[in-house]
Amino acid sequence: MPEDLSNLMRAANSGDADSYRVLLTALAARLRGTVRSKLAHMNKDPQDVEDIVQETLLAIHLKRHTWDETAPLEPWVRAIAHHKMIDALRRRGFREHVNIDDIADELRTAPTSDPSASSDCARLLKTLPARQRRIIEAIAIEGRSAREVAEVFGSTEGAIRVALHRSLKALARAFREVRR
Amino acid sequence: MKTDALISALTADGKKRSPAPHVLITAVAIGTIVSVIALLATIGVRDDLAAALLTWRFDVKLVVIALALVIAVCDAFRLIRPTGRSLLASFNTLPLAVLAVAMITELVLSPVSTWAPKLIGTNALLCLVVIPLLSLPVLIALLIAMRHGAPSSAISAGASAGRLAACISAFLYGLHCFDDSPLFVAVWYPLAALPVVAAAAFAGRLTLRW
Repeated sequence: MPEDLSNLMRAANSGDADSYRVLLTALAARLRGTVRSKLAHMNKDPQDVEDIVQETLLAIHLKRHTWDETAPLEPWVRAIAHHKMIDALRRRGFREHVNIDDIADELRTAPTSDPSASSDCARLLKTLPARQRRIIEAIAIEGRSAREVAEVFGSTEGAIRVALHRSLKALARAFREVRR
Repeated sequence: MKTDALISALTADGKKRSPAPHVLITAVAIGTIVSVIALLATIGVRDDLAAALLTWRFDVKLVVIALALVIAVCDAFRLIRPTGRSLLASFNTLPLAVLAVAMITELVLSPVSTWAPKLIGTNALLCLVVIPLLSLPVLIALLIAMRHGAPSSAISAGASAGRLAACISAFLYGLHCFDDSPLFVAVWYPLAALPVVAAAAFAGRLTLRW
């Protein structure tokens, strides 16, 4: 299995988008399991799981050039996930003493949102400039290709790709600034 | 936003960035070229460079700095990856051991009365000023390049950038400086490098988070 992931990433790095999607989907499932059990272990809000999963996927994507193709992928993914997990917990007040009365109200409000969705991500998207947000939404949520989006925006496919990359970087930055 | 939707966006972003080590090499090269030009345009190298190369003190000075430089390069390249760990601390004993042997040799060869003048040297203040200044081009280029990486510790990565920049700068300054005694090198070069490493660690903390 670990070899499979490494091969998928190698294929993705040479431009195979399908392999990349398979890889990211597999990694998302694994991350979800790890993050959920860690948060449960620390009595943290399980609603944060998908936020942390998405922030980690973004980091994996934006830092994939730091993976050495001759090394196995798994330790690298684990290092990124560990880094993001620590960061996310610290921002959520990992060290602070949590009064059970304070969180009792939060616990009572049952999760209304889709558990496979990140509320952070939806909220952070709104903080991006309108054009960046609409490009991400058109590609991610409406499932359009860069070429289709380019036609809608009256732009070139290349320019849309550059804008998408910038938007993802901005989104990752916004994730880093989330404070709870 | 659903995770599947985010994955669609990530898949659509095919922009392939250059491998992190390539970016680091480019940064070191550009920074070093700027520092060399800065050295040549200001204080320059010593006039008797060719003759100095035939003296053991001058050579040992450059060898010790070069050894420290090699270790710093290895560390910087390791620390830009999230899985990277510093080289074992024992590697650092190599330049220190060479320097220690050189110091003992110096003490044995020189009369006691010359120890203090050799240690104080003639250019100590210049050394303390020029090494940090000459390190700046390399340091700035390195920190920019390291933002491209994913260091597990921003402070350690910053400090390693500082050490690498200080080593390059010290080597260049070593080509100018007439104080070749190991006694001088052991005292003033580390003192000059220290603020660079400290400032770089602090800058790393501010700029290398990801």
